[in-house]
Amino acid sequence: MQIHISPHDGVPIYQQIVNQVKYLTASGRLAAGEQLPPVRKLAEQVLVNPNTVARAYRELEQAGVLSTRRGAGVFVAEGVSPLSRREQNRILNERLDQLLAEARQMDVDIETLAKLLRQRNTKMGDGNS
Amino acid sequence: MPDTVINVEHLTRRFRRTTALDDVSLEVPAGTVMGLVGGNGAGKTTLIKHLLGLLKAKTGSVRVFGLDPVTDPVGVLGRIGYLSEDRDLPQWMRVDELMQFTRAYFPQWDETYAAQLREMFDLDPKQRVKSLSRGQTARLGLLTALAHRPPLLVLDEPSSGLDAVVRRDILAAIIRTVADEGRTVLFSSHLLDEVERVADRIAMLHNGKLVLSDELQTLLDGHTRLTLRFAEPCESQPSLPGALSCDGEGHEWTVICNGHVAELRTAAEKQDATIVEEAKPSLEEVFVARIHGGSRSDTPANS
Repeated sequence: MQIHISPHDGVPIYQQIVNQVKYLTASGRLAAGEQLPPVRKLAEQVLVNPNTVARAYRELEQAGVLSTRRGAGVFVAEGVSPLSRREQNRILNERLDQLLAEARQMDVDIETLAKLLRQRNTKMGDGNS
Repeated sequence: MPDTVINVEHLTRRFRRTTALDDVSLEVPAGTVMGLVGGNGAGKTTLIKHLLGLLKAKTGSVRVFGLDPVTDPVGVLGRIGYLSEDRDLPQWMRVDELMQFTRAYFPQWDETYAAQLREMFDLDPKQRVKSLSRGQTARLGLLTALAHRPPLLVLDEPSSGLDAVVRRDILAAIIRTVADEGRTVLFSSHLLDEVERVADRIAMLHNGKLVLSDELQTLLDGHTRLTLRFAEPCESQPSLPGALSCDGEGHEWTVICNGHVAELRTAAEKQDATIVEEAKPSLEEVFVARIHGGSRSDTPANS
């Protein structure tokens, strides 16, 4: 699991860990049932206070993203929780907002944009098959 | 071991006419990483020298592990690993000689751990201290501070003048120390992003006074950064009660406040301004607001 802390992005460090773990699970890079490094190990890896990592894990557990098995460690929760769907939406909405802002600046209306989106999707589908 | 490792009460220290420490009271609980921050000449090193018994408290008291570092130097220094900014190691010694020499002072010296650290830091045992690079000197200093597994690690500006690789070694050493059986770390630094990464608690000194002492998370959660957009450009800094600092020009101004968000919202409305962004500030932003914004602020620091 790769977590990157950037001290200057204005998001508290524990929140950066929470966001990135959520992103990794939403995008499938962390699969259900997969084990996360212990608090101490992740703290040494990303060079942050162990309490900060513990706080992030606690929040992720409360949000249903992680589950702790006593004595065994911390794991990605089984099944797609409603939150991870919400999280997927959050990530997509962020991207969509950027796209919409650029389209508006270029005076491209929503119908044209939707058409473009469908065209790209078809193209991507062709490329995959 | 007492739950409080360091206990400083009403410590005042004057050097001729300058007051280096002004009525400082500070407690460091066991198992925490205390980040000591402040500008140049704020009193950080003077405070650390009192903890090590290098300076005697004239007014107030200093206790480390419940002991007076001046009258019981063996009881205190034997349990402290210390790395100073100037890392003044005996230049004429070889690396292995210095390790033997330091070991003689610490009954708890862990030979295996010392050898591990030497390997990890890539230090040549036969090399003379004077021929080591700046980074390698710092690593050797760190080794001698860590190898007796001290219950308290004291680092005075450990990162100063070092490259990113050596700074990472130092941060990792701090994290390993606390993660290990609740040992305690006190370190001073002007690199606030490093402090924000590893500290549990923050003590902020300014002109010899302790202006802030709190858990890092409480401190960061308590402060807010607001960006205000005024309908009309402001020629001079707008007057905003509750703001610790205020920076900007024309239409947009950014303020840092400690609480007082509702108060600021009202003040903004009255002045025909809207809050366009609300976020949590970094430790660096809080520091700058507290230390440099203080003189311009109409609300004194109050936490």
